[in-house]
Amino acid sequence: MHADAVTTRKAAALAAFEGLPTEPGTPKPDPILVIDKVVRRFGGLTAVDVEHLEIQRGAITALIGPNGAGKTTFFNQLTGFDSADEGSWTFNGKQLKGVPAHRVARQGMVRTFQLTKALSRLTVMENMRLGAQSQRGENFFRALIPGIWRGQENEITERAEELLERFKLAAKRDDFAGSLSGGQRKLLEMARALMVGPELVMLDEPMAGVNPALTQSLLGHVKDLREEGMTVLFVEHDMDMVRDISDWVVVMAQGAVIAEGPPDTIMSDPRVVDAYLGAHHDAPLSAEETEEQLQDAEAELESEIEEKA
Amino acid sequence: MDWNLIFTRAIEAGIGTEAVIYALAAIGLNIHFGYTGLLNFGQAGFLAVGAYGLATMIATFGMPFWVGIATGLLGAVVFALLLGIPTLRLRADYLAIVTIAAAEIVRLVVRSVALRDTFGGTDGLEAFSDDFYAMNPYSPGEYGIGPIGFDHRTMWVLTVGWVLVALACVLVYLVMNSPWGRVLKAIREDEDAVRSLGKNVFAYKMQALVFGGVVGALGGFLFALSRAATQPDLFSTEITFFAYTVLILGGAARVLGPVVGAAIFWLLLILVKTGMEEAVNNHVITFINVNQVGSINYMLVGVGLILLLIYRPQGIFGDKREIALDAR
Ligand SMILES: Nc1ncnc2c1ncn2[C@@H]1O[C@H](COP(=O)(O)OP(=O)(O)O)[C@@H](O)[C@H]1O
Ligand SMILES: [Mg+2]
Repeated sequence: MHADAVTTRKAAALAAFEGLPTEPGTPKPDPILVIDKVVRRFGGLTAVDVEHLEIQRGAITALIGPNGAGKTTFFNQLTGFDSADEGSWTFNGKQLKGVPAHRVARQGMVRTFQLTKALSRLTVMENMRLGAQSQRGENFFRALIPGIWRGQENEITERAEELLERFKLAAKRDDFAGSLSGGQRKLLEMARALMVGPELVMLDEPMAGVNPALTQSLLGHVKDLREEGMTVLFVEHDMDMVRDISDWVVVMAQGAVIAEGPPDTIMSDPRVVDAYLGAHHDAPLSAEETEEQLQDAEAELESEIEEKA
Repeated sequence: MDWNLIFTRAIEAGIGTEAVIYALAAIGLNIHFGYTGLLNFGQAGFLAVGAYGLATMIATFGMPFWVGIATGLLGAVVFALLLGIPTLRLRADYLAIVTIAAAEIVRLVVRSVALRDTFGGTDGLEAFSDDFYAMNPYSPGEYGIGPIGFDHRTMWVLTVGWVLVALACVLVYLVMNSPWGRVLKAIREDEDAVRSLGKNVFAYKMQALVFGGVVGALGGFLFALSRAATQPDLFSTEITFFAYTVLILGGAARVLGPVVGAAIFWLLLILVKTGMEEAVNNHVITFINVNQVGSINYMLVGVGLILLLIYRPQGIFGDKREIALDAR
């Protein structure tokens, strides 16, 4: 029965994308997140400039692009961690521009960070419990009377234990989060985000710095999210992983969305090839180019010396 | 050398008025810094607001004692809001700068010539503690065990003081072991992570600032009442730095850390001071005179704090592993 559900979710997600054009901003049948003209500048640099983008509900969408393309900055705009200069976006039809980060999370749009943010001097279990919403004991005055919140705390603990079991962190329950390995922290951060009870999970490079033995299990967890009916938007560099788990791929370069498409064909799209090659212009030069630059520099120096004389 | 005198004075200091005042100041700082990671360098300001709220209402405006207490507490809340609203959204170091300046502003305002009629200028205020001592259940006389003893007025201050310390500790214990305290500790570790989990970080930091400030104001009440007078220059930044020393000595983010820290700090301070005085008076030490003892004592506090941070940064109650985790 479980296997059935798995195939239907995946099939449903794929069916939704069937035959969609690969132009940036393609409308989706049932978008959970709709983004319009989001712009973020840092001084003269336009880090993000997205015209239009829709994220399909119940699917795993990958956001890829060369380093510095603006993916993290875009995540920050959408989740209220940084304010956009222009634009608007809606989550489940609700305007989110200007909504502070904690309210965004409460609405069911929860993100993780590229640089993992485990709360080092809290135990793994306390990290998990923190994720739960509407806790009675989080009010100062009610906190003073344990009887008011103890029952809810037990429920939260139970839910956290289930998740820890699933993420293979149960043995670490009472360890400080700071003592976990990099990969385990990624797992913890994802599990903690699930404690919020999100509809849309946004993962910024969930596999970065994770040892290969753990990546498979992380991939499995991401797929599980879709099977449980959540929507996933994640940033990733490794195309093999993107192909493995995503239903749809959005490509960013220099702040803009330049193409969208299914994972099997997107990497052969000429716009994407261009973007990735273009980004490597400052990569190692050939021997001739080096020689040429050296001569240019020498010529320049000589002319300067002449000027001074 | 009179060792009896040296130890008697040291023990009296360890459980005496100063220890109580600094315990309260440091419990407040523990809420700010130890649990929430807020760098409040203006704890002296909260003590001043408490002391002057109480003294001004009674001495200047002739209000009843409890109105004075209420004013001091309310003053601490308002002071926390004034400090927090502009700075708690900014990076941590801004709060440090603003609090140290704000505490100095409080001190300069109450000592100003222009407001002399209200706050008493550099002379400060007196005649506000009669109602407090009228409630004293101890009949006049000396109370104590063996050579250690206090008069009835000090006994009353200490009784109220240690009860307040105990209450503050119970409160801190309760809230820090609740989901509320968990949010604070998480903010200390990484506020963005806490935001991403749907918590209003600003509101929690503000609550912590208010809570710790109010506890600090309790210390201010005792400071003023124990001397039956209050002067602006009692509330210099020195208080804040001593309170930090007390907190680090006892162990930050531990319920009893500030209390044990305060007792040991004052015990050691007076032990060394009286010891040096005795040594000078009995010509055991000849290269300094008695007037220099005080300054040397404060130098030793500084040296002690440095050694503490090097060899036992977690304090008496802390857990070394926990401190080590900080180096991510
Ligand atoms: N706070 C900031 N201040 C200035 N420039 C920034 C800031 N954050 C990001 N940038 C710049 O914006 C661009 C996009 O960065 P980022 O979103 O981190 O890219 P990605 O996540 O796709 O690798 C980069 O050129 C980066 O240097
Ligand atoms: Mg990034």
